Amino acid sequence: MKLVAAILATTLSTLAAEPVKVGQALPKLSNLIPGTKLPGTEGKVVIVDFWASWCGPCKASFPAFNRLHDKYAAQGLVIVGVGVDDDADKHQKFAGKMRAKFPLVHDSAHKAAAFFAPATMPTSYIADRKGVIRHVHNGFKGAKTEAELEKEIEALLGQ
Amino acid sequence: MNRLILLIPAIALSACSPALVRVQPYERGTLAKPVMADSLDPLETAMTDHAYFSREGSFGGGGVGGGGCGCN
Repeated sequence: MKLVAAILATTLSTLAAEPVKVGQALPKLSNLIPGTKLPGTEGKVVIVDFWASWCGPCKASFPAFNRLHDKYAAQGLVIVGVGVDDDADKHQKFAGKMRAKFPLVHDSAHKAAAFFAPATMPTSYIADRKGVIRHVHNGFKGAKTEAELEKEIEALLGQ
Repeated sequence: MNRLILLIPAIALSACSPALVRVQPYERGTLAKPVMADSLDPLETAMTDHAYFSREGSFGGGGVGGGGCGCN
């Protein structure tokens, strides 16, 4: 019986984690990516964006996030880019090329990625000032996504 | 009861279980490498597409957006 219970436990532990959804609380990133320098997010509108150096749409999203940072950081927007590359060198090189104006962290152990379980790359999560996830964007579709993000950020900053 | 206990792991460990066969979106770095592309020669692809178009009278639908990483 113990063997059967062990098999069941092992089997269930291999099942994929439930993806983070709208309405859930934004987890503490410092717990998921220990040893990284993260900005204060208390009372701020937060965007957590998962990206990788091998992902074309992720590359295309950086100028848009830079523009959003320039426009809304002073009003209380914090953007955190979470890189999921296996290779730390590739992460560093890509991060350097992108010239991000917002902090980028490396989720080398995929602990944060496994917790959020993004449906595609890139995926961005927008949390309101109370730390509740209000919007999830799967993929980046250029100006269309940027306009949607802008609208959502403005609404959340005004709350 | 015993059958049920054995059935659950059997289903989960079988090919029907998405948990065991699916590469997560953040793990697709290797799939995104150029060597994983269907065709490594763009000229050959263009010529094959042209021949296909001439013969079949149809065009497109031969690729997916985002490359091997399945992004977007």
